[in-house]
Amino acid sequence: MSSFSSCQSVREARRVAIFGGTHGNELSGVTLVHLWMKNGTEIQRRGVETRPFITNPRAVEKCSRYVDTDLNRAFTPENLSAPADGQLPYEVLRAQEINRMFGPKGSPDAYDVIFDLHNTTSNMGCTLILESSKDHFNLQMINYIQKALAPASCLVLLNEHPLLKYSTARSVAKHPVGLEVGPQPQGVLRSNIFESMREILKHALDFIELFNEGVEFPPCSVPVFRVSERVDYPRDANGNIMAMVHPNLQDCDWEPLNPGDPMFQTFDGKTIRYQGSGTIYPTFINEAAYYEKQQAFVATRRETLSANAVRKA
Amino acid sequence: MEVEEVERLPRLSRVAVCGGTHGNELSGVYLVRELLKVKKKKKKEEEDEDGGAMSVLLVLSNPRAMQQCLRYIDTDLNRCFTHACLIGPTLDKTPYEMRRARELNAMLGPKGSAGAMDLICDLHNTTANMGLSLITYSDHDWICMHIFRHLQFIIYTSMEVGPQPHGVVRSNIYTTMKSGVQYMLDWVHFFNSGVIFDGGFMDVFTVVKHIDYPRDGETHNITAAIHPQLQDRDFCLLRPGDPLFQTFSGETLRYTGSEPLYPFFINESAYYEKGIALCLARKRRVKIPSVRVQTEEEERQNEQRYTSEEEE
Repeated sequence: MSSFSSCQSVREARRVAIFGGTHGNELSGVTLVHLWMKNGTEIQRRGVETRPFITNPRAVEKCSRYVDTDLNRAFTPENLSAPADGQLPYEVLRAQEINRMFGPKGSPDAYDVIFDLHNTTSNMGCTLILESSKDHFNLQMINYIQKALAPASCLVLLNEHPLLKYSTARSVAKHPVGLEVGPQPQGVLRSNIFESMREILKHALDFIELFNEGVEFPPCSVPVFRVSERVDYPRDANGNIMAMVHPNLQDCDWEPLNPGDPMFQTFDGKTIRYQGSGTIYPTFINEAAYYEKQQAFVATRRETLSANAVRKA
Repeated sequence: MEVEEVERLPRLSRVAVCGGTHGNELSGVYLVRELLKVKKKKKKEEEDEDGGAMSVLLVLSNPRAMQQCLRYIDTDLNRCFTHACLIGPTLDKTPYEMRRARELNAMLGPKGSAGAMDLICDLHNTTANMGLSLITYSDHDWICMHIFRHLQFIIYTSMEVGPQPHGVVRSNIYTTMKSGVQYMLDWVHFFNSGVIFDGGFMDVFTVVKHIDYPRDGETHNITAAIHPQLQDRDFCLLRPGDPLFQTFSGETLRYTGSEPLYPFFINESAYYEKGIALCLARKRRVKIPSVRVQTEEEERQNEQRYTSEEEE
C-alpha cells in the first residue's frame, strides 16, 4: 500500500475545445456545438476560453460518418506530416487543418483540453474515453464528473492498447477526453441522450474552472474498463457475417461475459458461445459503424487506477 | 340463422419477399440472404412440398445501396414506383434507383398487369419504436387484412422488441421478422389449399398527416427534439396539449391539433430529410369478410368475365 503521493502540479487549462461532428451522423455533438456556436453562454467559465467546433462539416452536411475516411482515425503522424496536395482524402486534409488550429499535437502550443462528442448505437450509457492511464488531470476530472452525476452512472473506457488504440481528433490536445453516449441510432437526435451529454460537459467545465482557480483535488481511485481485444462477427469465406450478437449479449455493455456464455446467434438460430479463458466486460456491442471495422464488440477488463492529487502549477 | 357470405379470391400463385429496398435496413437483407441459402439447399424438397401451388421469389431490391450500407445511392427506391417514374426513358443520367425500379417492375410486375406478382412482402426496419408493423394501401385488400390478422400474436408480442438503428442487425428483431415472414407464407399456403378464413373485425391505423421538427429559419437545422414523454411511444394516443417536442433551451412544445391521433414513425432517422418528425393516424375498426380461394371453375369464370369486360 503506498502512503502519500505527492501533489502533481499541472499547467492551467486555459484553452479548451469542444468537438462535435467528428462523425457527421452522431447528432448529439453536432447539435450541441451548433447551439453553442450560436450562443456560448452555457459553456463560458471564468478564466477559460472554450471553443465549440465542428470538425467534419462535409460529413455533417451529408449526415454520414465520413466522406472519404474516418476522421477519428486520421490523426496519425504519417497523415499529419503528409504533403498537402489534391490527392489526399478530405479527412486527412481536415486533420492537418485541425492539427494546425488546435495543436500541433505533442507541442507546448497545443490546446489544453479537447472534449470530442460522440454517440454510439451500443447501450453504453454515458462513457468517458481515456487514452492514457497516467493523465492525472484527466483522471481527477473524471472523478469529479462521476461524483457530480451520481447516482446516474458514467463509466470509463481506457484505450491504451498498443495495437488497438487509434489516432483520434482529440489526441491533438494535451488532455484528450472522449464522450460517448448511447444508445442512439445514427442520424437521430434523442432528447435524453442529448441532455445527458450536455450535463457531462457542464460538470467537466465546472471542474476546469475550479482547477484554474487553484483548488487542489486530493488523491482518488478511478475504476476503469481497459480495452483488451476486439472481437469480430463470425464470417464466411466471402467475409459476410454469419451470425448476430446473441439476444443474451445484446444491450449488455459493461456486464460480465463468462466462458461458455452465449455470444452470437447464427441466422438459422444456433448459439455460439464465448470460449475465452477468463471473464471479460464487452462494450461497443453491436455498434453500427464497426461492422466495417470487423468489430462486434470490444472486450475489456476491469482495473482501478490511482490518481495523484493535482493542483494548478 | 344468417349465413355470412364468403368472399372468393384468386389463388396466390406468385409471391415475392424483398429485402434491402433500403440498403441499411439490415434485418431484411440478412433474412433474404438466409432464405436464399436455405432455398438453394432444399430446392428439390420445396418443389415437392408445395406441389407447384405457390412460388416464392426472393429479391434483394437495392444491391448497390446494400453494398455501401446506405439507404439509397441516388434517390429513395421506395419512392420510385409511381407510373411516371416507371414509364420514362432510361438515359445515362437516370438515377440508379429509377433504373432499378424499372428492372424490378419488369421482374415482379408489370404493375397493374395480369402477370404481376400476386403478393409482395417488402421488409424494412425503422429507428422508431414500432414493433412489428404491417403496412398496406387499402383496407379492402382482404388478402392483406387476413394476413395481418394471422400475424396479430406476433404483432402484440413484438411491441417490446424496440427499434433498430440503420446499419445494425439486432437478433430479436431479425427473429421477429423471420417469424412474421414464415407466418405469412404459411397463411398463403393454407389459403391456396382451400382453408376458409373467418371474417371479423380489425383495428387499422390510417395516416392523417405528419409533423416536422421546428427548424431554424436561416439554417433549416432542427431546433427541438422529440419530447422525452413522446419518444418511443408509437401507437400510444396523442391528445391535444400533450408534449410533442423539447427545444434545446428546455421549453416544451405541445400538440395543438384538435383531434387525438395515434403517432408513429416517431423519430425515424431517414425522415429528417423528408421533413417528418412523426406521422399521425386515426384508428378505425374495419369489418373484413370471410375468404377462401376460388375453385378452378370459379377462376375460369372470372377470367372469362375479365376478358369480355376488356373486349367491351
